[in-house]
Amino acid sequence: MSTPTIDIHRIATLSRLKLTDAEADQYASQLGKILDYVNVLEKHDLSGVEPSAHARPVFDVWREDVAMPSFSCEEALANAPRKSGDQFMIGKVVE
Amino acid sequence: MNLANESITSLRQRLVAKEITPTDIVTDLAKAIEARNPALGSYLSIDVEAALKEASTADVSQPLGGIPIAIKDNINVTGQPCTCGSKFLQGTYTAPYDATSIVQLRAAGAVPMGRLNMDEFAMGSTTENSALGVTRNPWDLERVPGGSSGGSASSVGGHIAIAALGSDTGGSIRQPASLCGCVGLKPTYGRVSRYGLVAFASSLDQIGPLTKTVEDSALLLNHLCGKDSRDSTTLDESVPDFTSGLKSGIKGLRIGLPKEYFIEGVHPAVSAAVAAATKHFESLGAEIVGVSLPHTDCGVATYYVLAPAEASANLARFDGVRYGHRTAIQGDLLEHYMNTRAEGFGPEVKRRILLGTYVLSSGYYDAYYLKAQRARTLIRQDFEKAFEQVDVILSPTAPSPAHKLGEISNDPLKMYLEDVFTIAANLAGLPAISVPCGFADEGGKKLPVGLQLVGPHLDEATILRAAYAYEQSTDWHKAKPSI
Repeated sequence: MSTPTIDIHRIATLSRLKLTDAEADQYASQLGKILDYVNVLEKHDLSGVEPSAHARPVFDVWREDVAMPSFSCEEALANAPRKSGDQFMIGKVVE
Repeated sequence: MNLANESITSLRQRLVAKEITPTDIVTDLAKAIEARNPALGSYLSIDVEAALKEASTADVSQPLGGIPIAIKDNINVTGQPCTCGSKFLQGTYTAPYDATSIVQLRAAGAVPMGRLNMDEFAMGSTTENSALGVTRNPWDLERVPGGSSGGSASSVGGHIAIAALGSDTGGSIRQPASLCGCVGLKPTYGRVSRYGLVAFASSLDQIGPLTKTVEDSALLLNHLCGKDSRDSTTLDESVPDFTSGLKSGIKGLRIGLPKEYFIEGVHPAVSAAVAAATKHFESLGAEIVGVSLPHTDCGVATYYVLAPAEASANLARFDGVRYGHRTAIQGDLLEHYMNTRAEGFGPEVKRRILLGTYVLSSGYYDAYYLKAQRARTLIRQDFEKAFEQVDVILSPTAPSPAHKLGEISNDPLKMYLEDVFTIAANLAGLPAISVPCGFADEGGKKLPVGLQLVGPHLDEATILRAAYAYEQSTDWHKAKPSI
């Protein structure tokens, strides 16, 4: 397939990355080149091939629902950029 | 004394014989680091006091008792920084826990010592994507050490570490090991717990050792493997003593040469060194067999869809709320995320997040992500078929010796092609090792060349045995850089 035009601003928003105009132009062009290269996959017939999410099959792993040792509140908050009491602080999220 | 030059195995013998103490090793190593790290830039930080304290109580009767191990800066060690080579985590994150691999190394008596530079979030093949400093190749300071575990390879190759841990997602242990003249092993996917390794691409990442010798590699691997309840992808398989079969020789070992790997574009010195090594393996009693891995041309493309896709999801956790950088710009939640991440991440990380988000986005998922997952199946099947005929697969580790600093860093695609020989082992989840096999002469400098041996699932023992037989009957590993 030919590489479609990349709506870099849409992708940047989905990626939660603010880009300058210069960055947006540069990344759009670089991604285009990389995706052109990825088209090498078209050379092979992939229809009917089972997709692999892992190198080998992985299975759900279960354990008893019992509490295990974990961080104290203090440890969990030790690296927080902003905290208040025993909570992470974030900006206002409701209108 | 200059204990920094020695291997784990030789230091262990001297420790057990009570010729030296763990404190002697840490002290010597600290001196070597102080003298040579300003030129090499392998370490981002080091807490000598903490290492001396641990060394003073190290139990020498343990298998790694008193041996300092340097750690790539994406593996958590309690109380130490873990920057991932990123401004996002520089000065804003102190590890609150030990990665499982660190817990296991400590249980075997080892002393974690120093934090090693890397491409930001392990994305790169030269370590030039580190936001925190330049790391140089010990064989030529004008050249890159490879990446992303460039600090690990440069410290071991430059003899300012006894051994190091790295992580390998598409070649990030083996390629820098090849470029810096040391031994680098990526274990089978699931052998080593990823708990406490900052995730890049979870279906591909593995922690592994970078060492001066194959025997050290086997010894460290003994204490890294095992099922871990904190990483559900770890394999519940018995862990052999990888050092025990090392010396059994390789008579009758079938070594496969994949025709697709011996291609144009490989540096002549690399081709020559690997050809000579192939003959050498034959002289040791191995049988050389031509094999085919027909989907080799899909490797890099498949990887550069799947790895960024996984990275874009994994790096969503860097949100400026729980740890790491947080923007000072006021705004709503979306602006908070977008500014925080724009300020914290460097260009290559942004490029891969964008690429990964794109291939996962509505309308392109089938065209790219699903297709790459299908190609991954074919790549794995190629190896399964090849391993019906041979015991290990031999190739160059990297297509060329170390590039000059800046030579390929501005061309992302060119940099991605550095991984052409190493990527398939990650996609197929197979164990692979790089060992020194010669030198290229470039501008009066000797630059190390490495060969790669890939083995079947869980068969680290065979690639280690083959690597050991080769290493012990050649002198490449004895050469030391003049820095």
